[in-house]
Amino acid sequence: MQKGFRKWMWLLLVVPGTLFITVFMLIPLFSILFSTFMAESRFSLENYTRLFTSVYFQQVFGRSVRLSLLSTLLCALLGFPSAYYISRYSRHKGMMMALAVFPMFTSPVIRSFSWMVILGRKGIVNQFLVSVGLFARPQSLLYNEFSMTVGFVQLFLPQMILSLLGVMDSIPGDLTEAAGSLGATRLVAFLRIVFPLSISGLVTGAVLVFTGCMTAYTTPQLLGATDTQVLSTMVYQYAMSLRDWVQASAVAMVMIVVTMLVSHVFNRLSRRINPMAN
Amino acid sequence: MKKQHHIALGLITFLVYVFLIGPLLIIMAASFGEQSALVFPGKGFTLDWYVKVFQMSSFVNAAILSLEIAFAATAMALLLGVPAAYALNRFRFPGKGLLKTLFLSPVLIPCIVLGFIMLRYVISQWNLSVISSLLIGHTLLSIPYVMRVITSSLANFDFAMEEAAGSLGANRGYTFFHIVLPNIKSGIASACVMAVINSFNNVSLSTFLTAPGITMLPIEIMGYVEYHFDPTIAALATVMMLVTLGVMLLIEKTLGLQSVV
Repeated sequence: MQKGFRKWMWLLLVVPGTLFITVFMLIPLFSILFSTFMAESRFSLENYTRLFTSVYFQQVFGRSVRLSLLSTLLCALLGFPSAYYISRYSRHKGMMMALAVFPMFTSPVIRSFSWMVILGRKGIVNQFLVSVGLFARPQSLLYNEFSMTVGFVQLFLPQMILSLLGVMDSIPGDLTEAAGSLGATRLVAFLRIVFPLSISGLVTGAVLVFTGCMTAYTTPQLLGATDTQVLSTMVYQYAMSLRDWVQASAVAMVMIVVTMLVSHVFNRLSRRINPMAN
Repeated sequence: MKKQHHIALGLITFLVYVFLIGPLLIIMAASFGEQSALVFPGKGFTLDWYVKVFQMSSFVNAAILSLEIAFAATAMALLLGVPAAYALNRFRFPGKGLLKTLFLSPVLIPCIVLGFIMLRYVISQWNLSVISSLLIGHTLLSIPYVMRVITSSLANFDFAMEEAAGSLGANRGYTFFHIVLPNIKSGIASACVMAVINSFNNVSLSTFLTAPGITMLPIEIMGYVEYHFDPTIAALATVMMLVTLGVMLLIEKTLGLQSVV
């Protein structure tokens, strides 16, 4: 009896959580997946053909991918030098990390709202552009792809910096010094040692930024407009305003497939190219 | 040459941090302005907006609900996640990899989709209340944090200690609560902090789950800024950021910030 109980104890411990996730997440997910392949109560690809042939959806999908790629690129371009500086030269590494974590812990609503204050008609950017004569009169810089991109980059840049810091801090400093003493210039040492060793962190960070942008809802909702919809605001609109469960489900499925595919492929790549892992 | 390269990188880093933190400082500064429109730089100094925030029952109620849900969901996630994490690290059984993936899987599903399925099934089909759907959804959000952090705490735990306790006559329950739990309590604390913050700030899931009188704080703020543009929100944001700062200081003093990011 005692022995049998011990043998099966793991089951008792994992069952409650497994049931919870299965009932409240997996079953609903499979149900919406199933519902998207049904039309007039039989199997059909109609929902997806309707979605993918709709010009509106193509625009929304294209915008989501475009803005996510652009934001990922900008986060990489801004994050790489910053992380390199913090890891190599900064004397206040702890403080710099804390300053990157602070915005991450701050509500995305507040962070998007701050751009509404800055980029609005009366915001400081407009005040500046008018005072130097670039703008004849203040004009709104909000509710377009520009403000959305700014919001995305500010939202996800900390993740990029932190994941780069994670790998850069594990590169031994002696390595570049050894390269230097063997005659490599700083640039060569950077290109041949630091950069290759940092790529895995860059890829991990890029996956976080890209999937984050593809699924973010607050930023496009507050800094975008009805003519700059993205996938997440489209799911919301179909579900809440139009009450079109099936189309909302189909768009949701597209989001899941794209984000899972991207993170699966690139996380594998990142593990493969990380020389420190071997 | 060496020095210049260093300075250029430092300057880029400085500008990047201005971009990250500057907007938040501007909000803080604008919250003290006397004008009824939110502008920066503002004129004068007043604390009126702070008074107004605490007088607005919609914000106060939403904040209370958000805190209640965040703590209740974290507690649920611990109850469901800690035993599972323990079993997955302690015992050998078939399908372990699959179960581990299952417990981490809510993080792979976009929050906006989780919110949609809560509305579509939990509320519309199964007729559960909005409060229960919020609790269920936020518990799903928190389970992966618990799983990840507890797994890494247990990886450093020597299960031989458990056997030692057992051979001295302690039963399994006693051993778990007196030997295992004290050893992973800082992991549990980190998981709690992350889960509570994540739940409190969540928008995408909660945005589907509102009813008259039931709105989470971030959703209430989003609704307000669509129609109003006054320093009330700046004051509220400042209060929230000061709380965040307090929490971060507390984490740094007790667990170390490194352990939660």
